[in-house]
Amino acid sequence: MKYKLGTLAVAAMMAAAPAMADLVFPSLSYRTGPYAAGGIPFADGYADYFTMLNARDGGIGGVMTSVPECETGYNTEKGVECYESLKGGGGLVYQPLSTGITYQLIPKTTADDIPMHTMGYGRTSAKNGDVFSHTFNYPANYWDGASGAINYLLKENGGDLKGKKIALVYHNSAYGKEPIRTLQELSEKHGFEFKEVPVDHPGQEQKSQWLQIRRDKPDYVIMYGWGVMNQVAVQEAANIRFPMENFIGIWWSGSENDVLAAGDAADGYKALTFHGVGDDFPVFDDIQKYVVDAGKAAGAGDQIGTVLYNRGLYAAMLAAEAVKTAQEIHGVAEINAAQMRDGMEALSITEEKMAALGLPNFGPAFDVSCSNHGGDGLVGVTQWDASTKTWSLISDFSATDVDVVGPLIAEDSAAYAAENKIEPQC
Amino acid sequence: MFYREAGDFRTTYAEDQQTFPIKFDRYRYYVVLFIAIFVIPFIINDYWANSLLLPFLIYAIAALGLNILVGYCGQVSLGTGGFMAVGAYSCYKFMTGVDIWWGGELLFRLPEFNIFFSVIMGGVMTAAVGVLFGLPSLRIKGFYLAVATLAAQFFLVWLFNRVAWFYNYSASGQISAPEREFMGALITGPSTTPWATYLFCLFFTIVSAVIARNMTRGASGRKWMAIRDMDIAAEIIGVNPLKAKLTAFMVSSFFIGISGALFFAVYLGAVEVGEAFGITKSFLVLFMIIIGGLGSIFGSFAGAAFLVLLPVALKVVGVDWFGWPTDIVAHLQLVVVGGLIVIFLIAEPHGIAQLWRVAKEKLRLWPFPH
Repeated sequence: MKYKLGTLAVAAMMAAAPAMADLVFPSLSYRTGPYAAGGIPFADGYADYFTMLNARDGGIGGVMTSVPECETGYNTEKGVECYESLKGGGGLVYQPLSTGITYQLIPKTTADDIPMHTMGYGRTSAKNGDVFSHTFNYPANYWDGASGAINYLLKENGGDLKGKKIALVYHNSAYGKEPIRTLQELSEKHGFEFKEVPVDHPGQEQKSQWLQIRRDKPDYVIMYGWGVMNQVAVQEAANIRFPMENFIGIWWSGSENDVLAAGDAADGYKALTFHGVGDDFPVFDDIQKYVVDAGKAAGAGDQIGTVLYNRGLYAAMLAAEAVKTAQEIHGVAEINAAQMRDGMEALSITEEKMAALGLPNFGPAFDVSCSNHGGDGLVGVTQWDASTKTWSLISDFSATDVDVVGPLIAEDSAAYAAENKIEPQC
Repeated sequence: MFYREAGDFRTTYAEDQQTFPIKFDRYRYYVVLFIAIFVIPFIINDYWANSLLLPFLIYAIAALGLNILVGYCGQVSLGTGGFMAVGAYSCYKFMTGVDIWWGGELLFRLPEFNIFFSVIMGGVMTAAVGVLFGLPSLRIKGFYLAVATLAAQFFLVWLFNRVAWFYNYSASGQISAPEREFMGALITGPSTTPWATYLFCLFFTIVSAVIARNMTRGASGRKWMAIRDMDIAAEIIGVNPLKAKLTAFMVSSFFIGISGALFFAVYLGAVEVGEAFGITKSFLVLFMIIIGGLGSIFGSFAGAAFLVLLPVALKVVGVDWFGWPTDIVAHLQLVVVGGLIVIFLIAEPHGIAQLWRVAKEKLRLWPFPH
């Protein structure tokens, strides 16, 4: 018992207050563990964008930014610890980059009046801002992804998917299970046959799943995977000679890490996206000039221009724009988390704004409102070219099926509201 | 000089048999209890509760439970994560009202249990499941039993992932604890106060420790230890191995179930079975009791404290003080914790509890060691 108290006392002294900065964007990153390959580029992009803003513009609205990092290892317990330890530092917005941690933080952030942005992951029904006051998932969510994939396939097939077989290979976790309901509804609506193929964490062993796919011969395979599961799936698909152009991954299954391992066999693999790919945008010149050349790049600095780096950068850009909006609304430069929430809720991303930021056509234009925290759910499709080792956008950001996704979101958020006795805020 | 038994006279059998026969130990125990109950709740904040104290208290219960099985009864188990999951999911079902279906129709729905009784029910259900998975221990021993309990681990995780009834058919397969209160104070949900959750967990920890301590020094504990030391000899002197092993599994699983229920409902608030109760959890709790000390109540606490607090302490030192990159610190953590485990196993195979015993022995003689 003495030992315990002694340790506690030591830890007490160690839990000193983190350094205070003006605009704090905590980064719950994971640079270690089974999902590090995805976590590193995202965290790098997120940090580099704010470093660039500091060096180029002197912060946002004249206030410097800081990005304290906390390693979660994609682990929910560490995520809670990180959230609590960074909370004291006045974080403006949390981006946990993990659906598991998101579920934990939705009620916590609401109680603490801190907004959370779960860009393209987390709880889909958080789009309903009426119920989820402090959670935002613009510009697109998992159900938009499922609908976007089906819409793309509809377009490919001249608007008719009757009698087709579509299989969903998914990470058997909260994240992977998300699209099932949507795809079931869509299969009824469009008359295709839908089949679920779960893969258990971490997904290194998928022989039996792909054997099943080889036997069932689906016309298309949609994948909701993350981390090593993606690489293995692409390799297994190549092994059974599944046509890559009929294999579509969600945006978390569409980075360089996922296809490089399979080499030429991965050529033609497709993935959904909600932001631009490549480094052919003016903002990358500034990143090069102010961040890389100045030796301030986060991590190893070798991820610039990769898909997930761009996603981190995009998340940072959206956060920075929300700060600007909040600064306008409240007329103060040093905003707090509650004001940040108002800024996120009034966020409006237009083509002109993106072009002015050096990111022309980088993502869809969208508006956030009190009742809509998810944007318009526009989803594009990218394809991998193994010879040049690049992703390219092959289908522009286009609308998803609101008639199917909308009622599902209303239903799920109503259940959450009833369970937790939440009054609508709008 | 300070820690001594000279002049500490006992005149009744009751005094002789009390848990802490030495006066100094007893007072220390009272002081620790006093600080834990009457001081910490007034100074605790969110960070302390959620990052350090709640995980420590909850893991301490799990370690107590596993220690009864492995440390006292000698039955190696790798199913801790799975048993914690049983506790968590039972607690969830009881706190949201168990619904019984037959042929696609709702037969009846139990009323929602109070969170306190939901946690207890988590323990009770886990005890039943534990007995079931303990049955093979009558035939198989040692490593083979470890493999059998490993099967329990994987089966239970698979079951909670597969059967939608356990997570009330939610879209994502996650379970999240709705807001519940106990005696007017919120215990689960986002708006809880740190002192309430802390005291709630502390109550379970203290009661578990007292029960465990008294069971292990009573008749049942002696039977377990007899089985552990040599099961054939134990059988010859009249210990029923069926009863002894199954009660060990039952009591152990009960505590582990309680800790799983608290882990889900009070500490995390939302869990996903594969992530929260995977095989790594089984190993973590096993490491706790190995480092803390097999067959020791204090060892369970020491091991839990060691493995909960050390990573946080390393993080605070590395990231907040020295400003090292987070990934380096995370890797360093693995190296340091791994290294310490090896050092402990070589230098003191009986764990922190033995270190403590040796220290007490030395303190008795200090400052005149012969």
